[in-house]
Amino acid sequence: MVSKEFIQMRRDRVTFAMMIGIPMIQLILFGFAINSDPKHLPTAVYSADNSVFSRTLVWALRNSSYFDIVREPRNEGEIQRMLAQGSVQFAVHIPVDFSRKLLRGEQPELLLEADATDPSAVGFAISAINSLTQSVLNRDLTGPLNRLRPSPAPFRLVTHPHYNPENITQYNIVPGLMGVMLTMTMVMITALAITRERERGTMENLLSTPVHPGEVILGKIVPYIAVGYVQVFLILLASKYLFHVPIVGSVPLLLSLVLLFITANLAVGIMFSTVAKNQLQAVQMAFFFFLPSLLLSGYMFPFRGMPLWAQRIGEVLPLTHFLRVVRGILLKGNGLSEIARDLWPIALFALGMVALGIKRYRQTLD
Amino acid sequence: MDSPLVIDVEGISKRFGGRTVVDNIPMQVRRGEIYGFLGPNGSGKTTFLRMLCGLLIPDGGSGRCLGLDIRTEAAKIKKQVGYMTQRFSFYEDLTLEENLDFIARIYGVSRRKEAVEKSLERLGMTARRRQMAGSLSGGWKQRLALSACLIHEPQLLLLDEPTAGVDPKARREFWEQIHQLAASGLTALVTTHYMDEAERCHRLAYIAYGRLLARGTVGEVVAAGGLSTWQVAGPDLPALAEHLRALPAVEQVVAFGATLHVSGRDAARLRSSLMPVMTPGHRWEEIEPGLEDVFISLMDAAKDNFV
Repeated sequence: MVSKEFIQMRRDRVTFAMMIGIPMIQLILFGFAINSDPKHLPTAVYSADNSVFSRTLVWALRNSSYFDIVREPRNEGEIQRMLAQGSVQFAVHIPVDFSRKLLRGEQPELLLEADATDPSAVGFAISAINSLTQSVLNRDLTGPLNRLRPSPAPFRLVTHPHYNPENITQYNIVPGLMGVMLTMTMVMITALAITRERERGTMENLLSTPVHPGEVILGKIVPYIAVGYVQVFLILLASKYLFHVPIVGSVPLLLSLVLLFITANLAVGIMFSTVAKNQLQAVQMAFFFFLPSLLLSGYMFPFRGMPLWAQRIGEVLPLTHFLRVVRGILLKGNGLSEIARDLWPIALFALGMVALGIKRYRQTLD
Repeated sequence: MDSPLVIDVEGISKRFGGRTVVDNIPMQVRRGEIYGFLGPNGSGKTTFLRMLCGLLIPDGGSGRCLGLDIRTEAAKIKKQVGYMTQRFSFYEDLTLEENLDFIARIYGVSRRKEAVEKSLERLGMTARRRQMAGSLSGGWKQRLALSACLIHEPQLLLLDEPTAGVDPKARREFWEQIHQLAASGLTALVTTHYMDEAERCHRLAYIAYGRLLARGTVGEVVAAGGLSTWQVAGPDLPALAEHLRALPAVEQVVAFGATLHVSGRDAARLRSSLMPVMTPGHRWEEIEPGLEDVFISLMDAAKDNFV
């Protein structure tokens, strides 16, 4: 019995590869890619006060390794837009009279705005900046300025965690779950769809009829789009009434964009089902796709905490972009213009998968 | 015999990997004919059928099926062909009616409801219409498959071992129906392993190892085999068979119930070989060789030539 199992295992190359491959991927992803203490978060600095103190502050932020100053916006509106798009995680706002008030010992406010949709992504950085405030200016406060040295701190840090001010993890997780569930079920169901026809022998019958490959693929996709929408409605209802997630943005906009994401996942499933030889392989492939989607998309772990190569992979996956879209709409109240840059990667991915699927779909049994 | 050719192909070949599964096979079938296609397992029958209906693309050869080119007009051929697969290939989790309705939709049958109703009636399945196809017995599955093949009123039926695993009564009914359909102008190409079914066909072709070994009417095939056969009955046949196999000119000794069929292609030498062993303890009789004798002889000869 044991030797028979080993023989069969060896014959089924794909299963064998998956058995080795999935643990390897897990090992690499968990070992190298995941970091729950994200550093080098993109930060915008809007400095209205050009003084030695503000320059020191910026320099200290850079040095803390938590903040990468990538943008220098010119006005408040630009800051809001960057945060909404998610192009920066933080925006530091140094007010116009910062140095003047500082010198007067009036404890000026330093405003730190954060995109706190994912509380775990910003937590460490905020505590890092908090500890900074105590000591950062010591070097500049010498001589007659010595009296301004801490106790209490020379300025006050005001933090505005936007979009999820109470740091409630559910607000981030539950909308994201929509994408995760769609990825899991849609890919799996369609991966099985054509494989099942082949395994039960009904494919031979279908192929002997005049049915067009496009009709087969479309026929396999359409019913599951409906299933996908049922899932979306369930999660939206649960978000609102069970988890009380604040739904800031437009639900109709979300519902229309979900179609793109569902299609992308169904296309992956169809592509898998043209490759898989049996239903087991189809399920394994679906899992193979699901694993990195879950881990590298920013759903479980902060996207920006991952090394660059992992982010690159993540950028390819539709879930990564869909998470930004769904969180953007529900939590940030984003409109089409802020999320457009996350739509085309999903569309491109879907297109690629459909093309691969049609290319792989065989109209004959050859 | 001057009805038009429904299948007219030459030199059809198919290779899988390095192995030639169908090797240079011609076939001509006329309208209204029931054409039997015989050969041992793995001889290439199913592959040949699949090439006729566009499921596989031939590596070599060309020809026309229903007047359409099998290479370039497969899509048009499919509309007029009913293909019944060897394995039951309908949806086990759909009812009879749902299965028929699905197939009718795929073929774009006009007045679909009527067509489904008609085929349910014709096959006497009206009472079972809501039964799941998966819970049907072998005979009923075969009936369902046949009626699904017929729902779009095809010109040509390709039936791949349609009666495998079906009881004799259902087989007889099946053949009755095929003959009725043929009388109305439908052409059928049927693969089978049963000799009685082969004899119900108007003409046959026999292939082994992917090659055509004989074709024609039953009489023509038997004559072409050039075999003479002796039937022997009596006690202790297994021992006798052992002994006979060692004799010169005896090419095959096959047990048929309580008798042995002893055959060879050289009639004179066979007779002289057998004379000494024709003891009074056994009843010897020269008979007309059957299809089965001929096919076994053809296959053995083919093995010598090709393998």
